Amino acid sequence: MKHVLAVIVENRPGVLTRVAGLFSRRGFNIDSIAVGETEDSELSRMTILVEGDENVIEQVIKQLNKLIDVVKISNLTNESTVNRELVLIKVKAEPAARAELQQLAETFRAKIVDVSLDSIIVEVTGDDEKIKAFELLLRHFGIQELVRTGKISMMRGVKYIKINGEGGKSG
Amino acid sequence: MVVEALIKEKVEVIFGYPGGAVLPLYDALFDADIKHIMPRHEQGGIHAADGYARATGKPGVCIATSGPGATNLVTGIANAYMDSVPVVAITGQVPVPLIGTDAFQEADITGITLPITKHNYLVKDVKDLPGMIKEAFYVSVTGRPGPVLVDIPRDVFVQEANFEYPERIDMRSYRPTYTGHGGQINRALRVIREAKKPVICTGGGVVGSGAQEELLKIAEMAQIPVTSTLMGLGGFPGGHPLSLGMLGMHGTVCANYAVTESDLFIGIGMRFDDRVTGKLDSFAPEAKVIHIDIDPAEIGKNIAVNVPIVGDIKRILGQMLKKLKKGDTREWVSQVDEWKRLYPLGYEYSEEELKPQYVIEQICKITGGDAVIATDVGQHQMWTAQYFTFNKARSLISSGGLGTMGYGFPAAIGAQIGRPGETVFCIAGDGSIQMNSQELATAVGNQLPIKVAIINNQYLGMVRQWQELFFKRRYSSTFLEQGPDFVKLAEAYGAAGIRVTKPGEVVPALQQAMEIKDRPVFIDFQVASEENVFPMVAPASPINQIIGGGKE
Repeated sequence: MKHVLAVIVENRPGVLTRVAGLFSRRGFNIDSIAVGETEDSELSRMTILVEGDENVIEQVIKQLNKLIDVVKISNLTNESTVNRELVLIKVKAEPAARAELQQLAETFRAKIVDVSLDSIIVEVTGDDEKIKAFELLLRHFGIQELVRTGKISMMRGVKYIKINGEGGKSG
Repeated sequence: MVVEALIKEKVEVIFGYPGGAVLPLYDALFDADIKHIMPRHEQGGIHAADGYARATGKPGVCIATSGPGATNLVTGIANAYMDSVPVVAITGQVPVPLIGTDAFQEADITGITLPITKHNYLVKDVKDLPGMIKEAFYVSVTGRPGPVLVDIPRDVFVQEANFEYPERIDMRSYRPTYTGHGGQINRALRVIREAKKPVICTGGGVVGSGAQEELLKIAEMAQIPVTSTLMGLGGFPGGHPLSLGMLGMHGTVCANYAVTESDLFIGIGMRFDDRVTGKLDSFAPEAKVIHIDIDPAEIGKNIAVNVPIVGDIKRILGQMLKKLKKGDTREWVSQVDEWKRLYPLGYEYSEEELKPQYVIEQICKITGGDAVIATDVGQHQMWTAQYFTFNKARSLISSGGLGTMGYGFPAAIGAQIGRPGETVFCIAGDGSIQMNSQELATAVGNQLPIKVAIINNQYLGMVRQWQELFFKRRYSSTFLEQGPDFVKLAEAYGAAGIRVTKPGEVVPALQQAMEIKDRPVFIDFQVASEENVFPMVAPASPINQIIGGGKE
């Protein structure tokens, strides 16, 4: 099963290496990881997608907690969340195919952000399913390059991650 | 500035080896009121700092220069990490502008030690230096202790800044739990009261936390037999009627039987290592499990736990003692005593051949068990665990998790420096002593009266034993026929050397060694070469399937 972890870390050099190194040496698999500063510039937030059963995830969380630079971990897997990922796709686009691509992009609320003689770059955001469906359709035209940011995730409604609140670090 | 910080941390002794990148630090140390011990290899230095920490409970401090100096610490850091020993390693680094350029004697030591330190720091600005050193000591000794490395570039040593040493420290990302959860403690007490066949297993955490008195009270009040991991030996008096001796691969038959038959297993400050549990599925199959540990990540890591309690062991056992009610374990204790009587540890004594077990027994006798015993790794280590009765915490200093050959002698140096008036033995093999025998110079130079008992069987004995049992006696690269003359080796450094070849010579040699107060002594015990460590549980087997002991 895939789990989504929001990991708040000190915004310091080497923190990503510490987290990534922990995953590789303990044999945990990262599906994707997205990192960026938070509302507090001293903190970064990592959204990590990790595959494994309950025991594995428990160990992942406990081991992450042991890293001195990790401030807080929230497991968002069973929360109601907004999930987004941004993808850039460079597609072959002969002039004849452009109209059709334009239409497809509109349907998926994707944007064409760059046009050249025989290709375009499409930007699409959304959840997994939408992106998968879109990618599948674009394959017919010929995808030259694809890059994705990795998923980011935030709880819906009144809940939010408090740095010093419940679920903070102990041990 | 580093020296000022170390004085603030009340560091009494440093084990360090100078070099280019730490020259400014050594210049400052020249006039400082801190004892400095120079090993003859950085690995010796960090093992000594580790031995000092285990013997005294205070953090061990070591220094090495950049590049090779720092990489020579790596084994010692990993060793301290596996056994949760508080060690602070300070390394020099090339000047900040040269970092990343493959400069002379540059190594990315914070990168290299990432997986084997509790935390590490690269100080790029002198302003951060006091705070980082304070944090390093704090992180190293609190919670589950461990090694912390502080890497300091050469130019940072000489930069000037106001020295403001933080009095207190509060890290939002590091707050260990010390007090046990009340509800879990109540559950544990109920389970203990209901248990008919409980066993306690002490790990290194009992020693680290200083909880031996609380543990003794609990075991006596509730009448629960106590076994131990290698690291936990001394956490409960080995000579106590409720003591079962060590558990696991080379544990006693009664300990392994008791755990297998138990209905309650109470693991205290131990981490269910494969050498202790054997095959996990058949480990204490009928038992409920209470696991007390300061590190939440250890709970449920290897086996399922019914009652987890996270916190400081001394405090938790204190909390438990207040409300402890005993169950009825009389039948169980007499059953365990029966196993003890039926399957004692034993070996065939011989007048002709010197038996290693006999040597250990005599060391135990002559010291009255009142000594600090450092060991290397291998057969002699297991015989020490079996035949020396450890009654006091911090009396056994041994590399448990990493199993580092060459650890014992430098660790004994650290222990002797930390506990100057006491008798310190190093029990070593003829293989492992050669991995750090250069530290004879350190021991002689500091007039340390360490007694080094070399259990010399001319083999890498433990590897040979496995070759005998599991590889059809094909002794590949385990025969040490070129071994040096250990008496001459000791004398070459100015230490004393004694050779023992017969059982009758053991006691006089030990008496002679005990009389030497101003220098180390090597005693070359030339023992039977193909003696095996029994009982033994084959790796990944259930711990009640025992070779050389128990029911046939």
